[in-house]
Amino acid sequence: MPVADYMRRDCEVVLMQNKCEKTAEGVFFLTGKDFSNAGVASSELKAILEKMGINHGIIRRAAIAAFEAEMNVIIYTPAGMMRYSITPDYLKIVVEDMGPGIEDIALAMTEGYSTAPHYIREMGFGSGMGLPNIKKNADEMKLSSTPGAGTTLEFIIKIKRE
Amino acid sequence: MTLNEIKDILRANVLTKCDTNMHIERVYSADLMSDVLAFCEPESLLITALTNAQVIRTAEFANIKMIVFVQGKRPDRETVALSEEKKIPVLITNLSMFDACGRLYEKGLRSCPDAE
Repeated sequence: MPVADYMRRDCEVVLMQNKCEKTAEGVFFLTGKDFSNAGVASSELKAILEKMGINHGIIRRAAIAAFEAEMNVIIYTPAGMMRYSITPDYLKIVVEDMGPGIEDIALAMTEGYSTAPHYIREMGFGSGMGLPNIKKNADEMKLSSTPGAGTTLEFIIKIKRE
Repeated sequence: MTLNEIKDILRANVLTKCDTNMHIERVYSADLMSDVLAFCEPESLLITALTNAQVIRTAEFANIKMIVFVQGKRPDRETVALSEEKKIPVLITNLSMFDACGRLYEKGLRSCPDAE
């Protein structure tokens, strides 16, 4: 079964379980260099948020941040996963990958800094705006990495304004 | 400005089924999708010379209403199918990026975010 179908099934099960509640959680598995499925996970997440009736502006921020995170896994790593949990108050996304890790996180967060190869730039990505874009759209963001082992990115977008 | 007017001004072809009266006020043009995700406002028109499926995904997540591909570049069948699925009309024109932007500016469309 294609990976995309697993993702779809996973989402449907989660939605059925939580139909009456304003919560949902699940996981998407991401495969490095699988550019034909790049964006499928974020698209499914967007659909879940829409079905839950969440504010459009918040969905847009979540979708943009999730897509940038998804592209990072697909561009730079062999594989990773994106876990999401939605509560009435916030959306939390944790993306873990098995990539090369990030040596200098402060440098990676700098707008315009990129280690992307030329063919990635030709696809319209790797301009060094991905992580800053995630930070801009999220209310909280944490990035931790062990060079040689992988990177974990965690971000929260508040659904309810305090 | 409506989709039909944009089509006439750019001498463009529409590749997807769509509402020809769809209305546009703001435009963003770039080939860097991260720039589009960072700066393009919702409900805008995207002008680009990149024709891969990630452009449609970017439009989907940034709530972009319509896409024009310039320089005569034609997206592949999968990319057109994805834009139909996401209900984002796709147009192609032989004009360069500069000419396409210039003609639409001349007719009153403005950038997003508006610098003025």
